[in-house]
Amino acid sequence: MSNKKNKNLNRRSFIKNIGVGFAGTIAAAPLLKSHAKKLPEEIKDSLDGKVEVTVYVNGRKFRRNIFPQTTLAQFIRDELNLTGTKVSCNHGECGSCTVLIGSDAVYSCQMLALDADQKFITTIEGLMKNDELGEVQKAFVDKDGLQCGFCTPGQIISAYALLKKNPAPSEEEIREAMSGNLCRCGAYPKIIESVDAAAKLLKK
Amino acid sequence: MSDKIVKSKFFFEEDFIETIGEVSSKEYKSLPPNKKLKYVGKPLNRKDAPVKASGKAKFTFDIELPHMVYARTLRSPHPNAIIKDIDTLHARQVPGVFAILHTFNMSAFNGGKIEWYGNSFLFDPHVRYVGDEIACVAAKDEETAERALKLIDVKYEILDYEIDAKKSMNSKLKIHPDGNVRRGKPFEYERGSVKDGFDEADEIIEDEFSTQVAVHNPTEPHCSVADWNKDKLTIYDSTQAVFRVRNMIADALDTPKDSVRIIKEYMGGGFGGKLEAGKYSVMAALLAKKLKRPVKILNDRREQNIALGNRPDSVQKLKIGVKTDGTITALNHYAYAAIGAYPSGGGCSWPLRTLYKCDNVRTEEYSVYTNAGRARAFRAPGNVQGTFGLESLLDEAAEKIGMDPLEFRVKNFVDFDQVGGKPYTSKMLIEAYKIGAKKIGWENRNKIPGGGKGYVKRGVGMASQIWWGGGGPPAHVRLELDSNGKIVAFAGSQDLGTGTYTFVAQVIGEILEIAPDNIDVVLGDTDRVPYGPSSGGSTTAPSISPAARDAAERMKEKLISNAAALWNVESENVGFENGTVFMKNDKSKKLSAKDIVAQLDDKKISALGSREANPDGYSVQTFGAQFAEVEVDTLTGNVRVLKVVAVHDVGRILNGKTLENQFHGGIIMGIGFALTEEQIRDEYTGKILNDNFHDYKVPTIKETPEIEVFILGEGDMKANNMGVKGIGEPAMIPTPAAIANAVYNAIGKRIKSLPITPDKIITALYDEA
Repeated sequence: MSNKKNKNLNRRSFIKNIGVGFAGTIAAAPLLKSHAKKLPEEIKDSLDGKVEVTVYVNGRKFRRNIFPQTTLAQFIRDELNLTGTKVSCNHGECGSCTVLIGSDAVYSCQMLALDADQKFITTIEGLMKNDELGEVQKAFVDKDGLQCGFCTPGQIISAYALLKKNPAPSEEEIREAMSGNLCRCGAYPKIIESVDAAAKLLKK
Repeated sequence: MSDKIVKSKFFFEEDFIETIGEVSSKEYKSLPPNKKLKYVGKPLNRKDAPVKASGKAKFTFDIELPHMVYARTLRSPHPNAIIKDIDTLHARQVPGVFAILHTFNMSAFNGGKIEWYGNSFLFDPHVRYVGDEIACVAAKDEETAERALKLIDVKYEILDYEIDAKKSMNSKLKIHPDGNVRRGKPFEYERGSVKDGFDEADEIIEDEFSTQVAVHNPTEPHCSVADWNKDKLTIYDSTQAVFRVRNMIADALDTPKDSVRIIKEYMGGGFGGKLEAGKYSVMAALLAKKLKRPVKILNDRREQNIALGNRPDSVQKLKIGVKTDGTITALNHYAYAAIGAYPSGGGCSWPLRTLYKCDNVRTEEYSVYTNAGRARAFRAPGNVQGTFGLESLLDEAAEKIGMDPLEFRVKNFVDFDQVGGKPYTSKMLIEAYKIGAKKIGWENRNKIPGGGKGYVKRGVGMASQIWWGGGGPPAHVRLELDSNGKIVAFAGSQDLGTGTYTFVAQVIGEILEIAPDNIDVVLGDTDRVPYGPSSGGSTTAPSISPAARDAAERMKEKLISNAAALWNVESENVGFENGTVFMKNDKSKKLSAKDIVAQLDDKKISALGSREANPDGYSVQTFGAQFAEVEVDTLTGNVRVLKVVAVHDVGRILNGKTLENQFHGGIIMGIGFALTEEQIRDEYTGKILNDNFHDYKVPTIKETPEIEVFILGEGDMKANNMGVKGIGEPAMIPTPAAIANAVYNAIGKRIKSLPITPDKIITALYDEA
């Protein structure tokens, strides 16, 4: 199956599943039956309505069958069990779920996992260097750029994305780049210090 | 060892609480100032920072257990209604739905009343606000549960409702059978005679101030995972109070307290909103028991906003009498607050009763039921609101008599607790004024309010703060030393992101002369840690750090006496240095802690430390002053906070780094309360219009000003054996008031209702003309 064809299927079955969700019926998609035919009977049920997605997360390739309405955040947490990525608002308002796609920081709760098909993703776990903290993580520890720690993975990913694009940001640039990540504990002054310190660590 | 049981009374969040518990009767010399200490006070890295920065920290939100079931709650769309019928026929047919709980099938679960929700039922047939619990569906995943919720057919008898406190006070509509004013009457306090006080005054100033409803909105949602193993219930809960939640759950389920275990390793913020068991925790427990599978309930952001607590609003009518020399002769405070549909506290008069010297004080406070989400303790409940009213009025009075606001406050300084009649262990407010004034440039403020040039006007203002924050018993820490020399501290507490893991290790490390990195700290597990208090009211550090010291001192004694026994000498002949025990007359004879344990049959030494009783005859309080510089754009009405200087008397610093961070956080939360945060409830539907982070504006990194924090003194040595007081609420209390006073200094118009939004500035500047 070509990539293009696969995409079309994904979109159609996505719409179908949303429909099922809203109507709350179990008039399961006739569309999907034709695909189900090819599957062994015993796994048919669990795959009903699922589509395949392939992503490269933290340097590893993952292929999974998922419901098309699965968000990237759900996919990362539930399918890949990478629970460092948090979901705080699920509406693209707080930044707790920030991950890198390529070199861009994105809100993973606002993206379908399907739209990340074939993409390269980095989560907080991917910033680790084996068992050691990466530079940005180290800077957040040393400068105490956190309190409760729940928004921290998102903050660190946003900081990392900034520093990849701008290795020596001014304080204003740090504030701008980090303004999409809420910290209710209000560790902001120390987050600014942390990003500044991370820039210096990365330069070394 | 003559430890004793005492009954102690101290202020916790909204009320005085009385507790009975064992206290340590050991008396220790005060530790020397921090500069002479090795670990205490040092800005060491947060112990839990690496695990949090790595993404490996497991929050309750992240707990997944085998065969787990997910539950969602159906909440009332009506502000006041009686449920006539619930039809779950279609909801039950959704594949993957396992159980549905609601008011008409609860008999199967011994459904009782929930005491802390005004003895309403878990699913009450009378729903009293938009968001009240109606049913709960457990299913194979959240989406399935959510789908089933939409298929539950509920028939309501829709009733009139009231969301405004003032109207509710006089309304015929009864939200609870005993009327709409909680306890049926106001809380009243009087000392002296306000009548005489006002007669004596040269000037009387009266004004009305109001504050808004604000929401905690911690980043980690309230959530519980319940798991039964035979008759033992384990709940992973995002909570500030593992023991309190345990006791509440056990009471609700009518099961022994020791059959319930509450675990919370890391949590994503609480701010007072997670000090109690949720109805959702009880639902999870009931569903898990029925299904014999673990059940997880996550409340989403909307539920956080509509149903899981808020800071109640306030309307405050204040009256002050002053003499021309600045003496305050009388203070009167009349206030009411909408506490929502279930019992909570809305009082805000405390600061006015105690902060300044005044012999004639009267306060009258009404906590009023409304058809709204129930209020809960929120970072300095009442005091943030009350301080805004009081400190605004004080500035008005100072201006009226032509006195500098700071001089006016100094003039009315008082060194004892006027309510309790006891002297303070410490009150360094005058020093706070001096340092704060210097750091903010007080002398450069507008001599004439609003007198600055240009359309962007700057102003400087200040406010003071009083808050308990002394903590108290019972609070315990158990230390265990094993034959590998590993030392583990089990502390009766929990870490909310406030640095509890870290300071426990620092205190023990200081006494036992061991690097804090080599001490493991276990918190937040009712089956593993000894009893300790809830983490609220700025009580954790002053309750737990003295208990940690007591445990470490006892461990040191045990090491010394064990070594003495091994050497067949008296304990006096044995000394302790750098974590090792030595013979005083032969320093070459040494034993490390590890060596000692290795020679014991038990291969382990344990020591239980306890918080001592609070000092007799004293009142332990925190004090502070904050100074704010703001910039007001008189064309757009936008207010920017440029700088905040915070100077506080909060006892000894345990960790300079985490302390500064928590102060920043309190101040930033105060900026949100002053300028942007406001829950808006539609009077025509009773619904919340901004139940998300987009429309409910918490401060971002862009609103963060320059902040300077100064801590006065070396410690409040009379308060406890560590000289420690709390900082969580003191950090936030004066911020909104200082900003409001600075805005007045900038534009010469006083904004008397929070938050100070652009429309209020513009109205104040241009509408009166």
